[in-house]
Amino acid sequence: MAEDTIDTGQLDPNFKFEISKQPGGENIRNCFQCGTCSGTCPVRALNDKYNPRRIIRMALLGMRKDVLCSDFIWLCSTCYACHERCPQSVRIPDLMMAIRNIAIREGNVHPVYKAYVDTLDLHGRLLEIGEFENEKRRKYNLPEFKEDPERVRRLFAVTEIKAKAEGKKATDKSCKTEVSK
Amino acid sequence: MKEYALFLGCTVPVRGLHYEVSARKTAEKLGVRLLDVKEFGCCGFPIEGADHLTSLVMSAMSLCAAERAELEIVTLCSACTATLTKANKVLKEDAHVREEVNKVLEGFGEKFKGTTKVRHFARMLVEEVGVAKIREAAVNPLAGIKIAPHYGCHYLKPSEIYEGFDSPERPGTLDKLLTAIGATPVDYEEKLQCCGGGILGVDELTALKMTQQKLQHIKDAGADAMTFICPFCAVMYDSNQKAVEAKVGGKYGVPGFYFPQLLGLALGFTPKEMALELNRVKGAVKFPEGKK
Repeated sequence: MAEDTIDTGQLDPNFKFEISKQPGGENIRNCFQCGTCSGTCPVRALNDKYNPRRIIRMALLGMRKDVLCSDFIWLCSTCYACHERCPQSVRIPDLMMAIRNIAIREGNVHPVYKAYVDTLDLHGRLLEIGEFENEKRRKYNLPEFKEDPERVRRLFAVTEIKAKAEGKKATDKSCKTEVSK
Repeated sequence: MKEYALFLGCTVPVRGLHYEVSARKTAEKLGVRLLDVKEFGCCGFPIEGADHLTSLVMSAMSLCAAERAELEIVTLCSACTATLTKANKVLKEDAHVREEVNKVLEGFGEKFKGTTKVRHFARMLVEEVGVAKIREAAVNPLAGIKIAPHYGCHYLKPSEIYEGFDSPERPGTLDKLLTAIGATPVDYEEKLQCCGGGILGVDELTALKMTQQKLQHIKDAGADAMTFICPFCAVMYDSNQKAVEAKVGGKYGVPGFYFPQLLGLALGFTPKEMALELNRVKGAVKFPEGKK
């Protein structure tokens, strides 16, 4: 036996509806488990941990905690290869983004997202542009950049994304263990 | 002269100066003026998985800036292209989403109107300049040079946002552009495979293995070099080629160039003008001497 049996008493039948309500997750219930996504997926071909068909099945069964607290939901590279081939318009990459949104609200924040949010909050952009970078730009006769993080910072305050990325907005703290990188 | 707002995103102006320089110069030479809009920021792509609404508002802010400037957007990064195109489409078509986003934008004195359009630089070349004009302008054709085109993911997918521009399964626009500048496009196994850049920060080894597969396929096909049109892809295939060799194994020596760099050489710019010294993997590609 490679894996534990599923404890059906722990299943959350509302999980699929919760996902359907999150932008990107609307079509999850269209899935009929053909496996085209997993057969197409370039990540799946190299890493057994990631299996989109299986993640969708787990979600439809209601394995809420197993999905949200997992480390495999961060492995979609958003290449959209599966998306083009899915016969049921499940919109798998968008669905994975929806699941990540919910996971982060539950306190399972992958360090990479914490880093993205912190950097955007600090610089207003994903890669810092300071004097060093501008000097290089000048050398190539490119216009200088001035970082202007104020607007992003204000937006982040409005949508409370920083608190979310720190796990502070988790409602039931269902994912207590820190995910390792 | 046709004018566009140039959306650079986060990676290009820091790690893709050769992309930016070559895109600006070749556009100008082909009669397209790329203007800078100082309010452009991050497209929102990095945080789509963290908070959907925040990501959408970030896209909308840049779309609003282009609307104000009364310009259509030309992008260089494929991830920015998909993120902005997708946001523009949903905000134009879904009144409920538009209302939700506009409510947040109001606090910033902005309102999404839906008057701009987003296009990747390569798409702009195909649709605005045209392959025929590029062929005519290529005074210094890259004859005999075999180039493997890497389309990447977000230039073509999700296809429903791109209005039938190119096929997501059997694309041809980059091949056509390569032919127009006199190069020989090379077909290879798994031509559509993703560079792996999207999960570099999550699972480095899997990401590098994805990069390795394509480098191997391109090498097997006997190409002199590859070309890409996205800074993430460039980071994976060019900047990280050494890391692929060290961590996954093998030796590849596959030089990679941004398409506008190759275009520029064909238009008569010198390798220096196309900032070829910034490409990491040095190969034995013999480009024709520049002539204006």
